Amino acid sequence: MATIRVLIAKPGLDGHDRGAKVIARALRDAGMEVIYTGLRQTPEQIVEAALQEDVNALGLSCLSGAHNHLFPRVVELLREQGAADILVFGGGVIPQEDIPDLKAAGVVEIFTPGTSTVDVVEFLNKHVNVK
Amino acid sequence: MYEQTKLQEIKQKTSDWQEKSVAKLLSKHPESRPVFTTSSGIEVKRLYTPADIAEIDYLDTLGFPGEYPYTRGVQPTMYRGRPWTMRQYAGFASAEESNLRFRYLLEQGQTGLSVAFDLPTQIGYDSDHPLAAGEVGKVGVAIDSLKDMELLFNAIPLDKVSTSMTINAPAAVLLAMYIAVAQKQGASVERLSGTIQNDILKEYVARGTYIFPPKPSMRLITDIFAYCSQNLPEWNTISISGYHIREAGSTAVQEVAFTLADGIAYVQAAINAGLSVDSFAPRLSFFFNAHTDFFEEVAKFRAARYLWSKIMRERFKATNPKSWMLRFHTQTAGSTLTAQQPENNVVRVALQALSAALGGTQSLHTNSRDEALALPTEDSVRIALRTQQIIAFESGVTNTVDPLAGSYYIESLTKEIADRAAEYIRQIDEMGGAPGAIEKGFIQQEIQDSAYRHQKEVEAEELVVVGVNRFQIEEAPPSGLLRVDPAVGEAQRQRLADLRTERDGAKVAQCLESLRQAASGTENLMPLILDAVHAYATLGEICGVLRDVFGEYRAPDIL
Repeated sequence: MATIRVLIAKPGLDGHDRGAKVIARALRDAGMEVIYTGLRQTPEQIVEAALQEDVNALGLSCLSGAHNHLFPRVVELLREQGAADILVFGGGVIPQEDIPDLKAAGVVEIFTPGTSTVDVVEFLNKHVNVK
Repeated sequence: MYEQTKLQEIKQKTSDWQEKSVAKLLSKHPESRPVFTTSSGIEVKRLYTPADIAEIDYLDTLGFPGEYPYTRGVQPTMYRGRPWTMRQYAGFASAEESNLRFRYLLEQGQTGLSVAFDLPTQIGYDSDHPLAAGEVGKVGVAIDSLKDMELLFNAIPLDKVSTSMTINAPAAVLLAMYIAVAQKQGASVERLSGTIQNDILKEYVARGTYIFPPKPSMRLITDIFAYCSQNLPEWNTISISGYHIREAGSTAVQEVAFTLADGIAYVQAAINAGLSVDSFAPRLSFFFNAHTDFFEEVAKFRAARYLWSKIMRERFKATNPKSWMLRFHTQTAGSTLTAQQPENNVVRVALQALSAALGGTQSLHTNSRDEALALPTEDSVRIALRTQQIIAFESGVTNTVDPLAGSYYIESLTKEIADRAAEYIRQIDEMGGAPGAIEKGFIQQEIQDSAYRHQKEVEAEELVVVGVNRFQIEEAPPSGLLRVDPAVGEAQRQRLADLRTERDGAKVAQCLESLRQAASGTENLMPLILDAVHAYATLGEICGVLRDVFGEYRAPDIL
């Protein structure tokens, strides 16, 4: 079976990267190939990295409250680039009431504080089809 | 602290107790885990006795409050004089809205202000910068120019309050704006009291709002030290912060070690810039986290005070006792707040706040119950403030100084934390101090390893998080959370557009050009930044000039 490739990205200006890095390491420990963008990435930079790295999934982390602006923009750009098959998921301090709109915009799952990394691994194993 | 024969007897009786009473019980009822440890991996014994603190010389390592080495506190009477400053970090949306929250908090009995800025402000971008999209007014108040700052402090006399500003890379600009507002109010600048965070080293490893590379960043910091020692003698020029290092995942020992290592780097930089240590060291202040392991936290605060006094007196040869004192602000641990059963956070915050009080903090921010979900509502902030008022005015813990001193466990733990942190500092010294250790990625890697270990321990249920991995319930989604109106961004951009047409453009250009030239040289930049601010140059314009001259920092990506 081919390995799942995941890009973990920090869109916007938020500097809280503890969650993003813990997730990145847990996915790596679960046998996935993980690339981390580092801080302060624009949606354009993130999509470019996702295409370049040919990833199957893209995880977005934001704790600054800018998720409603940034997450849908990433999905939109992926679609414009013909890369709608890349599975987008997100995490951070995200109010429950924002989640339906984010999902409607194409973010497949949102993980909020207290999530177990095991759940994120399971989620990717279940939803990502590696050709 | 005990005579030898007595100690021998205590040791003998302790081992008798282990062999008889303990062994007998253990054979029937084993303990819940094989080894008990603190968050820093310090093994916690079943029982502490006078034998565990026999090596500690009371007069040398504990002494008296208000006296070297300050282990027991920085003031002789501590909270018997007055309690710590209750300072809730606040600020969101526009300057006008934040101003109303500040005035509300002052009316509720808060004694100092603490300003949260939004991310564009913290990273030196105006609200109309493309990278600011979606972020304006979100995690704090948006400040683009002196105009916003005037609104933020409207009807708050700056010579009567003390204000803490969580601002780092552009600290010089926000401090200049604060001074300018005070001048416009007719307040005397030398009476201004407060703090700027101004701690860039921890931004590189834990908080992420850096702009410039280390060298020019350190120059801005030492320029502020020099300017304030002449003009703002009551201003805390830096708040050397372990808070974010801990939030990023470090242990208590690492929090102390990396924070003091950063402190050493600032002191050394200022000395290298030609300042005498006693001219700036009394205005250095610190900022720590109050986390979950109650006794370890109390011991941590005491250990930090002890170590810093030794560093300042022995290593840097400071002679003013004020230079030896580690004065600190505390905030309860945001990362321990749970989104699950958020009301439980009130209890977590109370325990954490109590550890800060027992650890001798000078000021305290208590987190609000809903902060794992959103910015706190006014109700939540009031409960958080009441929590510290209950500790200060009802619990009686303020009636005597350093009440846990002499506990065999606390004293033993204080020594262990101090020893382990000193060992880290020695290692960091070998790497060229904190800047060298950061360049190598050592500090980042240590923090991340601890963060990952913690996560694994929670997932393995070796650590219990109530409501998360134990005692869960089905919950309705939370309601009544605070939302920042997205219109704030548009209003802020409009105000900026108006400002750019109203102000004297030639004056602004001239101030920015003078700043550009000075930045390429060595003169103190504070007076030039103050001129630019008075001319209503924006934060983004001022930082833009400095970005041109200094360049921008790119963080190495360490996983």
